[in-house]
Amino acid sequence: MIINKNNMEKHTENVSHVHRDDEGDKMGMWLFIFTELLLFGMLFLIYAVYRYQNPLAFQLGGQELDVFIGTFNTVILLISSATVAMSITAIQRGNKKMALGFLSITMIIAVVFLVNKYFEWGAKIEYGFYPGSELLHELGHGTTLFFGLYYVMSGIHALHILIGIGLFIYVFMQIRKEKIHSTDYVWLENTGLYWHLVDLIWIFLFPLFYLIH
Amino acid sequence: MNQEKHHISSYTSHVIVLFALLALTAASVAVTQLEMGNFNIIVAMILAGIKATIVLSWFMHLRFDNKIYAIFTAAVFVLFLLVLFVTFFDYSYR
Repeated sequence: MIINKNNMEKHTENVSHVHRDDEGDKMGMWLFIFTELLLFGMLFLIYAVYRYQNPLAFQLGGQELDVFIGTFNTVILLISSATVAMSITAIQRGNKKMALGFLSITMIIAVVFLVNKYFEWGAKIEYGFYPGSELLHELGHGTTLFFGLYYVMSGIHALHILIGIGLFIYVFMQIRKEKIHSTDYVWLENTGLYWHLVDLIWIFLFPLFYLIH
Repeated sequence: MNQEKHHISSYTSHVIVLFALLALTAASVAVTQLEMGNFNIIVAMILAGIKATIVLSWFMHLRFDNKIYAIFTAAVFVLFLLVLFVTFFDYSYR
């Protein structure tokens, strides 16, 4: 492969003893993303079948969710995807300060997303919509399935947000220490890819749970 | 990193992509407020599909990367749709 040859030449030129394969790193990240897509794909499949079997319960379940908070989280998550993309542009142009700035905005948004989730879940639980609750038992099988999927799917998604924050903190430190810079930024790029994946999943979760009813 | 391998997206392009995504979000919220029955689901999923394609193409850089990533990604989505199809084929005729 031509790319590898170029990389090899580069290695021997200046950073002879450090082994680097950015293309390989990126390929690995994409393979991981495919497994993530299939993980969530399986959950979407379960959702589709249960919705097909319990159309009314899923319709009523969707009406219980707050469209405003869902839309708000969608908007800020999209903005955070743009800011992480911009931080990559900044690092590619060698603008460390700007990269850190955009990364900080992304992290703040990620935290805000989780805080919203906390209040959203809190309100639902207080109202009696939680796994194994008396209310869900009364409302029947379909509603139980809807809220079960709601907690599992948005819960796994929220876990991804949490992991994303961890990755951002690591990358932030590495940029500060100049370990990530204009010629070596694959860590930032892959973290960005991961974050876009989190956004991608939410793009489908949002209409399925909040909008359709 | 050689130039031809690494396309650097401009800040402006990211902002344009962001506004396109926000507009599509607004459209899907507006459309699903109308009472159209099952049509709502179809429209919402088409809009989500467009948004996903935009995120994959621009933010995730598939448009500018080696084509193999785009092909693999498409294959994953096709696989998912096939599994969805087969599953529903099964459930519909039980």
